[in-house]
Amino acid sequence: MKRSAIRPSIPERSEDPRVEVSLTVNGHPVKRTVSVRLLLSDFLRHELGLTGTHVGCEHGVCGCCTVQIDGKAGRSCLTLAVQANGCNIRTIEDVAAENGTLHPVQQAFKECHALQCGFCTPGMVMNVLSRFEEHEPLDLSESGIRDLLSGNLCRCTGYINIIAAVRRAAELLGRA
Amino acid sequence: MSTRTFGARIERNIDPKLLRGEGAFVDDIPLTNPLHAAFLRSPIARARIKTIDVSAARDYPGVAAVYTCDDIGPLDMAMPLLIPHPSMKNPKTQRPLARGNVYYVGQTIAMVVAVDRYTAEDAAALIEVEYEHLPVEMDMKRALQNGAPLVHGDVPNNLAAHFIQTSGDPDAAFARAEHFTKIEVQVDRSTAAPMECRAVAARWDAVSGELTVWDGTQAPISVRGGLASIFNLDEDKVRVIAPDVGGGFGQKVLLFYPDELLVPMAAMQLGRPVKYIEDRRENFIGSSQERTQIHAIELAALKTGEVIGLRDSFLHDTGAFIPYGIAVAQVASTSIAGPYRIPNIWVEFKAVYTPTVQVTPYRGCGRPQACFAIERAMDQLAEELGIDRFEIRRRNFISEKEFPYPREGLLFADGLKVTLDSGQYGKALGMAVDALGGPKFRVEQEKARAEGKYLGLGLACYVEGTGLGPYEGGHIRIHPITGKVYVNTGLSTQGQGHDTVFAQIVADQVGVSPADVIVVEGDTKAFDWGVATFASRAAVVSGNAIHKAALTVRQKVLEAAANMLEVDIGEIDLHDSAAWIKGSNRFVPLAAIATASNPLRYAFNEAAQAATQFAPASKHDGPPLAEGQAPGIEATEYYSPSASTWAYGVHAAIIEVDPQLCTVKIQKYVCIHDCGNMINPMIVEGQVCGGIAQGIGGALYEKLEYQPDGNLANASLMDFLVPYATEIPPVSILHLETPSPLNPLGVKGVGEAGCIAVGAVVASGVEDALRPLGPIKIRHVPLTPRMISEALEQAGV
Repeated sequence: MKRSAIRPSIPERSEDPRVEVSLTVNGHPVKRTVSVRLLLSDFLRHELGLTGTHVGCEHGVCGCCTVQIDGKAGRSCLTLAVQANGCNIRTIEDVAAENGTLHPVQQAFKECHALQCGFCTPGMVMNVLSRFEEHEPLDLSESGIRDLLSGNLCRCTGYINIIAAVRRAAELLGRA
Repeated sequence: MSTRTFGARIERNIDPKLLRGEGAFVDDIPLTNPLHAAFLRSPIARARIKTIDVSAARDYPGVAAVYTCDDIGPLDMAMPLLIPHPSMKNPKTQRPLARGNVYYVGQTIAMVVAVDRYTAEDAAALIEVEYEHLPVEMDMKRALQNGAPLVHGDVPNNLAAHFIQTSGDPDAAFARAEHFTKIEVQVDRSTAAPMECRAVAARWDAVSGELTVWDGTQAPISVRGGLASIFNLDEDKVRVIAPDVGGGFGQKVLLFYPDELLVPMAAMQLGRPVKYIEDRRENFIGSSQERTQIHAIELAALKTGEVIGLRDSFLHDTGAFIPYGIAVAQVASTSIAGPYRIPNIWVEFKAVYTPTVQVTPYRGCGRPQACFAIERAMDQLAEELGIDRFEIRRRNFISEKEFPYPREGLLFADGLKVTLDSGQYGKALGMAVDALGGPKFRVEQEKARAEGKYLGLGLACYVEGTGLGPYEGGHIRIHPITGKVYVNTGLSTQGQGHDTVFAQIVADQVGVSPADVIVVEGDTKAFDWGVATFASRAAVVSGNAIHKAALTVRQKVLEAAANMLEVDIGEIDLHDSAAWIKGSNRFVPLAAIATASNPLRYAFNEAAQAATQFAPASKHDGPPLAEGQAPGIEATEYYSPSASTWAYGVHAAIIEVDPQLCTVKIQKYVCIHDCGNMINPMIVEGQVCGGIAQGIGGALYEKLEYQPDGNLANASLMDFLVPYATEIPPVSILHLETPSPLNPLGVKGVGEAGCIAVGAVVASGVEDALRPLGPIKIRHVPLTPRMISEALEQAGV
């Protein structure tokens, strides 16, 4: 567009019906008015600016968008923002300490070179973290860990180091 | 801290940020009030477009603009042919938006820009297109025959390219051979499927006249050059940033994908930032793919098993367009003899247009297909001659004293002669035998058979030409305030750990911790000479450029420090971010050296005050900067490889096949790998493991299922089976380090290595497992349960 050009008139928003949602995100109460079809992943990323939650497939297969919904790992790309009304959501941004110190699960991923491009990583961490936080018995055998990871795709690492990281996280968390 | 960091398993600098969710991928970049693009894509493989009606889409609430080929002015053109070659008679490239015809399911026809992606997709669905369906032929062999439906009306027989390369005298070799083995093998179509799909965002600043484009690309500098040319802007007014990129594997280097041009165009026209975030289905039907080749390979051997000649004629599926020229087929051609001496080679390929997504390099780039062909043929030859599979390879390996080993007449994808530079192939094979427990496996196998279990040993060797030119650069500057070392190169990273391995190269020379080396790349405003990240070349080409710059910087630091400490250069040691007088506790910090080397008037920080405690950094009379002297501690160097450097490896596996369920389970996978000197073995192993997992996908699961009408039946991660953790076996990686004689660091590339041999290993192992059931031949991957079932049926099992 040239300096002399007059800017075209552009609509400001869609005509989607909008409703108010209120929920808790990373411990903070949040109230917003959103399109009824807005995905929770888009809500977190683009309404709240929490871009650590990634979107890899939008059909619930890759697990990149995994967040905690009321304490359980869930797919934010298969959840509408309105469905999360009243829920307690926790995202990757809430895992490390305030000063940036990594959580033991994150530390284990770093020590074991369990990430390369880092796109699937937040989803992996949220999934693994949820399993450790459930305080249910955890099967930390080789096949148990593989099973634990079987809802998350990674295209870079070949998983071997992620499996090692889960084992290391268990050590760091005193669960080994 | 004088420990060498080159070669050490150093944790990555980038990890904390990525682990905290603080990465900056394209869709994470904060843009003020952005608009969102969506595409209407062809649902038909081959059709003439009779009419396009966008009126309903334009009227849809929330839509800012709708573009067809009639609305994009000078962009309505065929996109560049990136690598011309005389073997292509009438090379075809795609237009940003289809004009008159569509050539594959997924081709972009119209772009909608709206207030959000949801609205843009709604509106795209309202565009009405009237198509005249045209016939298609999906089978490459039939597509070449007279009378087959044509992808492009003016390309007879769908023949995109035809090329023959010869090394030695294959006719004479075949004339004197004592034994011939001929097989046909096939590898099917696959896709890179990076976890982050492609993404482009653009902002046009009409006041400064600057276009900023965030592009999840492997080639930001090349994209910048292309955009500047096409939009007729000064290169300096176009900034392309490849921020964090979520995997690439070759798919993210193409000039151009339609969105890479149309998104900046829309941003310029609408005066608002515009972004396009490819969704997973679009990644399957719109972004480049690779792999389908059918090889008819023949070996001419002596009774001893020595292979004296090779003929290979193969078909290469290039999809509907050939933007990357013959690169994939040429790499396959020149890799066809693997690690074997085979002095006489005739290799021919025909690249064939099919009405499918265009083919450009995907991790491996023709090598997995070539490896599959030669390795299946070597197994077959061994069987026919009654020679052990390991032994026949041993007899044919290029031996250590034969390097450099040229293949006269074969030109690699860089246009340079193929010369294998170094390796210890025999030793690697021996290590593989040992890692699998040597002859003990045969005992296990017999025992398992007695229990009704079918175990097999799979084996394959590969070579990989890496580190292609033309060049890359490296810029290093020591920051005067902090003493931290900033490094720039022209690449972008998609997970390979550049920020750590390049830091390791620099850290040793300058005497700092790798954590204090900050690598900034993927931004044309940071460094804008160079090519791209592909072809396993970053560590080799940029790595050596950065090494050269580090040597220059080291020398400058030593000279300045010697002046400041008033001693000879030989008395200075660099460590712990400072220059020390050897054997004393007298030192000057790097920050002070960098500050003192920059003759400023103002002492505004601690480093400047520290610098005043020492003698001047430069000894000369006259003005503060001597003639020819530059301020600061800084250097830029370039490295241009004389030829590709050839990495290699031996992979082997123990594989169990269940002939009832027709399933394949890899029990144990062993990789002996040699990429020359390793900068960071942890990262090397990560690259290799990831490659092996992709290779396992390609060997057993990942096949794009194009239907007879050209529709892709499995364009989702539900149906295209990327392995999860449950599909990947334990892998042990053992290293050899045979330095490359071609570059100062002695390194070879590693990015693509892991995936190359896996298909051949699996086929070899399955064949070995099923041998007691009859002559079952595995010549086609990915190997599905149905294919095993059919093979068993054919063998009468």
